[in-house]
Amino acid sequence: MAAEGDLKLLGLSVSPFVVRVRMALHMKGLSYEYIEQDLFNKSELLLKSNPVEKKVPVLIHDGKTILDSSAIVQYIDEVWAAMGPSILPVDPNERATARFWAAYVDDKLFSAYVGINKATTEVEREEKVSEMLAVLEQLEEAFAKNSNGKAFFAGDSIGYLDLAVGCHLLWLKAQHKMFGVVFLDAGKTPLLEAWAKRFAETDAAKEVVPDTGMVMEYAKKRQAYRAAVAAAAATAK
Amino acid sequence: MAGGDDLKLLGAWASPFVTRVKLALNFKGLSFEDVEEDLSNKSELLLSSNPVHKKVPVLVHNGKPICESVIIVQYIDEAFAGIGPALLPSDPYERAIARFWAAYVDDKVLVAPWVQSLRAKTEEEKSEGLKQTFAAVETLEGALRECSKGEGYFGGETVGLVDISLGSLLSWLNATEVISGTKIFDPVKTPLLAAWMERFSKLDAAKAALPEVDRVVEFAKKRQAQAAAAAAASETK
Repeated sequence: MAAEGDLKLLGLSVSPFVVRVRMALHMKGLSYEYIEQDLFNKSELLLKSNPVEKKVPVLIHDGKTILDSSAIVQYIDEVWAAMGPSILPVDPNERATARFWAAYVDDKLFSAYVGINKATTEVEREEKVSEMLAVLEQLEEAFAKNSNGKAFFAGDSIGYLDLAVGCHLLWLKAQHKMFGVVFLDAGKTPLLEAWAKRFAETDAAKEVVPDTGMVMEYAKKRQAYRAAVAAAAATAK
Repeated sequence: MAGGDDLKLLGAWASPFVTRVKLALNFKGLSFEDVEEDLSNKSELLLSSNPVHKKVPVLVHNGKPICESVIIVQYIDEAFAGIGPALLPSDPYERAIARFWAAYVDDKVLVAPWVQSLRAKTEEEKSEGLKQTFAAVETLEGALRECSKGEGYFGGETVGLVDISLGSLLSWLNATEVISGTKIFDPVKTPLLAAWMERFSKLDAAKAALPEVDRVVEFAKKRQAQAAAAAAASETK
């Protein structure tokens, strides 16, 4: 294995942003020390490494700290450009397109399913589910336009945008189990549904994506936490 | 690059996101057609170039549209790599740092708190927005100290991505000072940022891109009056 220096990743196994980074590391064939964080009880190392946002993922490479999952993935792609496949495309236009859709997903898809998690009423949840479905329709179009009939957003094998979208699938799966919503429907979003299956079969995904049970467990933990915070706030008034 | 590069910027003079792209083009020494959009009556070109968000800025390069200001700036840097100065550093670690702070500017300084303070309907909302903005600005002061390494810009000796991201706000920061008397870059609390603002504003590329402060003041006052009228109208129903 090529000299990759000292690599540590502070993460949360069910965080899509962490999954994205771990898949990138896997694509490049890099070994690293993975340190699972307890976000309800943040470690010294996390608080020291990311004092500004106190979030994961945090990549520590030879003592240097790299933050923000998109910046980390691009960092990995650039430092180990000679190893493994290219994560971002080479052409500036294609890079801009990949970055555009990645930003879209992190904004719209993420906020929709977080909204579904946090919804306290059926009505609220329905609203967020509609939002989610609208986003997935956009992505279906994006896939049709950009994949050129190939298996992945990036072409014959996964790339930046596949990671950016694919890392969120674990939550779609969990919510399907928790709330019964069908997000990826062979009827409405056939291309995306087929892509999601292929994505799940990749080595990187199999290695890194946690199983749905784990995701659901974490969702319950977060729900309990939110309820406790709300109760405390209510009694404090 | 051979032949004529056709560069069209679809924008709106008051938008800091549009200013951001103008700054990048100017710093690279690129000429472009500045197309002013009427945002209440968007052109066919805008709607077809940015069907997902229907927003400005959009850079159309040889007929191909690129959307989202930070993505456009990176595109300009990559597509015109041989022309003018580089907007991102060559070292991957420094690039990651630049990307992080550029995202921070948009999340913490520009979009959330400060826009809120401009659009705030109550004094409480406004002061909360300002409080958050000031906290973020203090963090940026630290970032400038680290990134500049004793030189004048976030990019070091020369202007880079973060300078351009933050610099796109300068007319608005000046306008805020005129309207409310509040200096966002307080020379006592954030001396480096105050000095940086002076220095950046004097650059030819910046002077050509930044809208006139008086015009922005007028625009902001009009917007505030509209918001107040709308709020009053909704309360009298």
